[in-house]
Amino acid sequence: MLTINNLHVKLEEEDKQILKGVDLTVEAGKVHAIMGPNGSGKSTLSYVLSGRDGYEVTEGSAQLEGVDLLEMEPEERAAAGLFLAFQYPVEIPGVGNMTFLRTALNAQRKARGEEELSAADFLKQVRTKAKALKIDADMLKRPVNVGFSGGEKKRNEILQMAMLEPKMCILDETDSGLDVDAMKLVAEGVNALRDAGRGFLVITHYQRLLDHIKPDVVHIMADGRIVKTGGPELALEVENNGYADILAEVN
Amino acid sequence: MALPAQKQTATEALLSSLHLPEAGCTRAAREAALARLREMGVPGRRDEYWKYTRPDSLITPDAPRAATFAAGEPMMFDAVDRLKIVFVDGVFDPEASDPLELEGVQIERIEDICCKDIHWAKDLYGVLEARGHTPVPRPLAALNTAFAADGVAIHVTGTPSKPISLIYQHASETSDAILHHVIRVESGAAVTVLENGPAASRFNKCMEIDIADGGTLHHVRAQGRDHERRAVTHMFTRLGEGSVYKSFTLTVNGVLTRNEQVVELTGDDAVAHVAGACVGDGDFHHDDTVFITHDAVGCESRQVFKKVLRNGATGVFQGKILVKPGAQKTDGYQISQSLLLDDDSQFLAKPELEIYADDVACSHGSTSGAIDETALFYLRSRGVPLKEATDLLTLAFLAEAVDEIEDKSLADDIVSRLEGWLARRS
Repeated sequence: MLTINNLHVKLEEEDKQILKGVDLTVEAGKVHAIMGPNGSGKSTLSYVLSGRDGYEVTEGSAQLEGVDLLEMEPEERAAAGLFLAFQYPVEIPGVGNMTFLRTALNAQRKARGEEELSAADFLKQVRTKAKALKIDADMLKRPVNVGFSGGEKKRNEILQMAMLEPKMCILDETDSGLDVDAMKLVAEGVNALRDAGRGFLVITHYQRLLDHIKPDVVHIMADGRIVKTGGPELALEVENNGYADILAEVN
Repeated sequence: MALPAQKQTATEALLSSLHLPEAGCTRAAREAALARLREMGVPGRRDEYWKYTRPDSLITPDAPRAATFAAGEPMMFDAVDRLKIVFVDGVFDPEASDPLELEGVQIERIEDICCKDIHWAKDLYGVLEARGHTPVPRPLAALNTAFAADGVAIHVTGTPSKPISLIYQHASETSDAILHHVIRVESGAAVTVLENGPAASRFNKCMEIDIADGGTLHHVRAQGRDHERRAVTHMFTRLGEGSVYKSFTLTVNGVLTRNEQVVELTGDDAVAHVAGACVGDGDFHHDDTVFITHDAVGCESRQVFKKVLRNGATGVFQGKILVKPGAQKTDGYQISQSLLLDDDSQFLAKPELEIYADDVACSHGSTSGAIDETALFYLRSRGVPLKEATDLLTLAFLAEAVDEIEDKSLADDIVSRLEGWLARRS
């Protein structure tokens, strides 16, 4: 599904190398988790994959189902099936949440040569999916993320993911700022989307999210590289001993 | 005090090309306005109030040439059921207009009331304009009162079933139109007034509005795509107790537009909202100058002005809230913002508060900035293409001003105009 080879990335504005050769393959139907200390490059990886400005790829490649992601505009990557759930979802005053969802969904369908969804079908879908995430009608009407609590913003990200039905989902610290109940709700939303055709890359600092979203593979990232890969037990090891042991072992 | 020589010369040069109309009952008001104009002189670049806008092309004896608006394009408010009053190059066109009859309102031409000795409009024509020169002179409004060739007097005594729509058409490339309307809204009466259309090569329009206790006037105006036009407009509004005035203006392009709003809240608990959304491209220059005086207890005023500027366009906002002694419980709000779509455009803002009462809530803010890159990326990461995302954020930026329009269908009409403007620019 997602294939990253030897990816090197630096910040455009300052000559600072952030990713120093990331190799990673996420297969369809699998959940991969990336853990790692602050500043290891986890969020940068998610931004580079989704096409945010400010990063320069100096070496390596990233492909989604064999198609070069790095050559595409952000909207093209989205239409190709990539989705990033933001660590800090953006507030957009003046744009209603419903308008936002519908514009995004129809833009993607149009880009793929599919017919736009009718207003009635869209409403039906959004209501069902919002209900499962305990997102009420008022939240749907309000401007995107404006005045939303931390938990509401993250649930709204998952709602977008559910509506857009991407092939490859990247969740960037979706657990940050969530209480236990909200985390469960978000995890349920993610688990509901797990299927044989969809890949997940879950970036997190903590094991606790992985209690709810069970990963197939866990990677440890440090200093711009994947330094260790293992099963779910690796996350438990981090939880119990911190990163120091693993990093010492790698070095 | 004698005028500076340069101002004196410019004033006399302009006056030499104008003639006071033969005007019965407005004659005295016109002569008084002419005297005021002579005393103030025409605006010049050294006047603080014209610091950001060059008045030169507004005071030359002849109007600068301006191409007429391409015919055949759909006009604003076409779908709205309304009473149409049409002016061509500043002259009333009875053929194109509807009969001036509507329940709850009496409409007459200024020309027709001139021959009557007693008329309500006599107590309004030039009166609010004359009050509006303190503390800042507005000579082009005095010029208007003195020389207006046409206009209507609208007396609202009930609640007309449809809006009164003033439509301005531009036929000659050198037309120099001066229109003056007066509107009196009686106690408890309510009306909606629409204005749209390219009026003339140069357009000086003045509207005096007197709203009695409990009266309501909604005003929605669209200044359109006749890019070469020059326009200066003044709206003088006086509000009685518990009355409501809501005015919204859409301005699309135009090499020079100066819209002044002078509002006096003279009765307790009155409400005045003035708002504007404007989009400009290239040699566009647009100036909103607002002066709101709170002179009663418990009144609310809002000023909401949003400008989208690109390719070197200039936007100006001068807005003031004056709270007089005793105007306690005043609630004043003022926001002026620009969205600059490139580095060449500029926004010049002078927000002011002057408060002489101690129990008031007044806030003002002015910002100027580029499109929010983070929001743009967020939209694109969801699959919305760059152009569409930019347009969506641009409309969202203007939304706070457009939301001031209470009538949903009029607001939709305004939004579709804005979408059209955005669509033509790719």
